[in-house]
Amino acid sequence: MELFTNQVLAGIATGAIYACMALAVVMIYQAIDHLNFAQGEMAMFATFISWQLMQWGVPYWGAFVITLAFAFVGGVAIERILFKPLAKAPVLTNVAGFIALFAIINSSAGLIWDFTIKQYPTPFGSSPFLGSQLISTHQAGMIGVTVLLLIALYFFFQYTRIGLAMRAAASVPESARLVGINTSWMIALGWGMASAIGAIAGMLIAPVVFLEPNMMGGVLIYGFAAAVLGGLTSPFGAVVGGFLMGIFENLAGTYIPGVGNELKLPIALALIISVLVVKPAGLFGRHIVKRV
Amino acid sequence: MSAAEEVVAEGHQAVEAVPKRAMTLGTGTSLVVLAALLIVPLLVKNFIIFQMTMLLIYGLAVLALNILTGGSGQFSLGQSAFYAVGAYTSAVLMEHANLNYALTIPISAVVCFGFGYLFGKPALRLSGVYLALATFALATAMPQLLKLNFLEHWTGGVQGLVVTKPDAPFGLPMSQDTWLYYFTLLVTVAIYIFAVNLLRSRSGRAFMAIRDNEIAASAMGVDVARYKTLAFGVSAAVTGIAGSLGAIAVQFVAPDSYTITLAISLFLGMVVGGVGWLPGSFVGAAFIIFVPNMAESISKGLSGAVFGVLLFLVIYLVPHGARQIAILGQQLVGKLRKN
Repeated sequence: MELFTNQVLAGIATGAIYACMALAVVMIYQAIDHLNFAQGEMAMFATFISWQLMQWGVPYWGAFVITLAFAFVGGVAIERILFKPLAKAPVLTNVAGFIALFAIINSSAGLIWDFTIKQYPTPFGSSPFLGSQLISTHQAGMIGVTVLLLIALYFFFQYTRIGLAMRAAASVPESARLVGINTSWMIALGWGMASAIGAIAGMLIAPVVFLEPNMMGGVLIYGFAAAVLGGLTSPFGAVVGGFLMGIFENLAGTYIPGVGNELKLPIALALIISVLVVKPAGLFGRHIVKRV
Repeated sequence: MSAAEEVVAEGHQAVEAVPKRAMTLGTGTSLVVLAALLIVPLLVKNFIIFQMTMLLIYGLAVLALNILTGGSGQFSLGQSAFYAVGAYTSAVLMEHANLNYALTIPISAVVCFGFGYLFGKPALRLSGVYLALATFALATAMPQLLKLNFLEHWTGGVQGLVVTKPDAPFGLPMSQDTWLYYFTLLVTVAIYIFAVNLLRSRSGRAFMAIRDNEIAASAMGVDVARYKTLAFGVSAAVTGIAGSLGAIAVQFVAPDSYTITLAISLFLGMVVGGVGWLPGSFVGAAFIIFVPNMAESISKGLSGAVFGVLLFLVIYLVPHGARQIAILGQQLVGKLRKN
C-alpha cells in the first residue's frame, strides 16, 4: 500500500508537467480548432530566451516576465505572419504547417544554443517538500502554479469581456462577427496566450528535464494525450488529464511486469484509448452534436 | 466553457470532398508517365535507380494513406506501424523460411490487411484528433514491440535483420538494382490500377460517402462500420506491400527505421501531393525523399529550418498540393485547344 501511495504521489508530481502543457494545448485548440504540433518547440524556444537573459545577469523573476511578454508577442506574430494566410487552406495543410514550424524552431534553437544539456534554475528550491522524499518543493511549486493558472484562466474566460469574446469567436465565428467581435484578432490573441502558457510550462519543466532543444518532445506527447483524455474543450479536464496521465504512467511502470521506460508511453496511450472508446469526447469534454 | 453546453456545429469537414473523376490522371498522361518510368532507368546510374525504387515504394505508402484519408476521410499517423509489419513479415519469411522474395509480398499484404482490419475495429468509435492520437500510439508502440525479448529470435531484436538482395531471374542481363526497380514498378502499377478501380467501385463510392457525410451515408444504407474498417484494412495491406519492397530494396530491417518520423513523412507526402489525388502520392514521395537532402546540402546546421521553410513555401503556393498544379495545367491545355 505504501508503494502504491508513493507511486501515486510521484505520478502527481510528473503529472503537473503534463497538466501545464495540456493546458497550453487546450488553450490553442479553443482558439484555432487545431492541435499545434509546434507548441512544445515554441515553449522550448521561450525557455531558452529566459535562460539567455539569466546568463546576461537578469534575475529569475525579471527574466520570467520578459520571457512571458516575448512569448506572447511571438505567438501573435507567428499567427499573423505564418498562419493567417493559411486560414482558408484545408485542415491537413495547416497541420503540415505546424510540422514545418516545428522543424524551423527546433533547428534554429539547435544552431543558436547547440544541443548540449543545460542546467536550469528553479525559484522554489529542490529540498524535500514537507518531509516527503518523493515530492520536492519545485514539484510542489509546479503543481501550485498550474492550479493558479487554471483559476486565473477560468476567471478570464467567465468574467471578462474579452474572455467572453474569445469564447464566442471560437464557438460560433459567424455570429460573433455579427455582434462586432474581431474574430481574426481573437485567434491571434489565443495564439499569444497559448504561447505564454507554454512558456510558463517550459520554464517549470526545464529544471526537471534539463534544457536542450529536444526537451519538449516527450512532454508534448504526454500533454496532447492528457488534453485528449480530459476532453479538448475543457481546460479543467486538461489539468485533470495531465495528473491522471502522470499517475497512469507511474503505476504501469511499477505494477505491470516487463514494462521498462520505453513501453511506459505506449501503455499509457493504450489506456487513454480505452477511455476514449468508452467516452469519445474525453472525460470532461462536451459532446459536439453535428448538423446533417 | 461548461461541460454541459451543447454546440451544433456546421458539418465541419476534415477532408475536402474530391470528386471521383478528379482523383486520377487521364489515360494519355498516364501512358506518357509509364513510358518515362520504363525508359529512364536504362539511361542513369545505379544509385539513381535505387532512389527511383525508393520513390515508388514511398509513393505506394503515401497512396495507401491517400486511400484511407482522401478516400474514406479517416486520418492516420500509424502508417509506419503497418509499413514495419510488412517489412518484418518479408524479412522474417525470407531469412528464416527461405521463401522467395516475390512470394513474401502477397503474404505480408494479407498479414497487414488483417492487422489493419483489427485495428480499424476499436478505432471505429474515434474520429479526427482522437483517431490521430490512437494511430499515433500504434506508431510509437511498434518499434518497442519489435524489440521485445521473446520475439528476438525471429526479429533479431534491436540489431534487426539483414535481407539478401535478389538477382534478376532467367539470367536477364541487368543489375540487381535495375531488376528490383522493374519489379517494384510492376507491383506499383498493379496496385495503382487496383486503387483507381477500388475508388471507382461500389466500395469506393461508399468510402467517399462516409468521408463527405457519415450520417447521410448511413441514412443511404451504407454500412459505415464495415467500410471504415475495410478502408483501414486495404490501406494497411498496401502499406505492408510497400514495407516489404522497402525491406528488400534497403536489404535491412531494424525497429528504429520505422518510428513516428516515417509516419509524419508519409503524412507530409500526402499533403504535398494533394489529399485525395492518387497520382499526387508519387509527387509527395519525391518531396519527402529529395527535399530533406536538398535542405542538408543548402545548410548542414540549419537543415531542419531550411526544410521547414521549403515546406511552408510549398503550402503557401499550393495549399491543395500538386493536384492544384495538375488542375491548372489541365485548364491551360484546354484553353490552348480551343484557340
